[in-house]
Amino acid sequence: MCKDCGCSITEHHHHHDHDHHSHTHQAAHETLHHNPQLNDSKTIEVISKILDKNDHEAAHNRAHFDAHGVLAINLMSSPGSGKTTLLEQMAERAPFRFGVIEGDLETNRDADRIRERDIPAYQITTGSACHLDAFMVHKGLHEMPLDDLEVCFVENVGNLVCPASYDVGTHLNIVLVSVPEGGDKIEKYPVMFRQADLVLITKTDLLPYFDYDIEHEKEQARRIKPGVDILEVSSKDPESIDRVIEWIEYKRKFQ
Amino acid sequence: MHEYSIVQALLDQCEEHAAAHDAKKILKVVTKIGVLSGVEPDLLQTAFDTFKEGTICEEAEFVIHLQKIVIYCRRCKKESTLEELNLACPRCESLETSIVDGEEMYLMSLEME
Ligand SMILES: Nc1nc2c(ncn2[C@@H]2O[C@H](COP(=O)(O)OP(=O)(O)OP(=O)(O)O)[C@@H](O)[C@H]2O)c(=O)[nH]1
Ligand SMILES: [Mg+2]
Ligand SMILES: [Zn+2]
Ligand SMILES: [Zn+2]
Repeated sequence: MCKDCGCSITEHHHHHDHDHHSHTHQAAHETLHHNPQLNDSKTIEVISKILDKNDHEAAHNRAHFDAHGVLAINLMSSPGSGKTTLLEQMAERAPFRFGVIEGDLETNRDADRIRERDIPAYQITTGSACHLDAFMVHKGLHEMPLDDLEVCFVENVGNLVCPASYDVGTHLNIVLVSVPEGGDKIEKYPVMFRQADLVLITKTDLLPYFDYDIEHEKEQARRIKPGVDILEVSSKDPESIDRVIEWIEYKRKFQ
Repeated sequence: MHEYSIVQALLDQCEEHAAAHDAKKILKVVTKIGVLSGVEPDLLQTAFDTFKEGTICEEAEFVIHLQKIVIYCRRCKKESTLEELNLACPRCESLETSIVDGEEMYLMSLEME
């Protein structure tokens, strides 16, 4: 039983990473034993992920999505890169039924924009938190009609830094970066682009107005995340939206 | 500025461990922070110093071990520690690599009394 919501998803084993064969754990031991000061009788060895409560909740969220056969996708980018616009356009074209959990610091505007397209949406306003965490998304997913959905998007708070550190319990991450942001974002925010299963270079209709070397950007993305999928998107080009939909359809087959 | 919420999670863990060991206070908190964990060590230190007040860690020394990126290359089957962020294997230039360390944040140990 889920303690917080009474739902029927069973509790998971704690993800304390006590896997003694893992390299991380070994490396952790080394750090500890190279420091003789730590071998004090009052010193206890812990070795747990600092965000392990969040990771545990994230696993719980994934179990919820899995139980309903819903593929969950986290959309991340700087403010204004085109996350909501992409969702609006997919509403018109996607063959799968989807819902959206919206994260913003303030306002219900993005959820309203989505609902106007007859797509179920739930707005989380984080107040001062610059990212969504698994607990906030858990609240949102219980507001979603998961039985009627095949895909659930989480539109994270517009921010290229903080959301990268939090597993919210989705299956895939799509990271957007738009042409007007300039050609150094991928190199400057490697932690975020490491998390990407798909990188979308958006607003490509604006390429004629910006000095943006798109091939160089793709190279940078692959340097940080070898083999990552990359697509170009413009809200003015429906076919580019269809390619994103095809990518999602492809992933759905492997769920 | 998610360093503040990370410190909050860390302090919660410290409280739990202290309670489990009947400790009155924590003297030292040792962490391992990957250079690709998305956290600024300086900001983490500041956040810790700000939030430790009134908690079991009020007098605790905060130690950060920065963990460089370690990759494993599937082509030459060797591990390498990277000085800069280029995930190509420095030995054979293959891109068939995966990160084995440097992406996570760990609480390693606690000194308490
Ligand atoms: N020219 C052009 N403009 C676009 C495109 N996609 C989005 N925009 C515009 O960019 C602006 C921001 O788009 P949103 O979809 O609201 O961006 P967002 O990522 O949801 O923003 P936040 O939720 O605030 O982080 C809007 O004015 C869109 O009309 C595109 O492909 N081409
Ligand atoms: Mg939006
Ligand atoms: Zn639940
Ligand atoms: Zn190699």
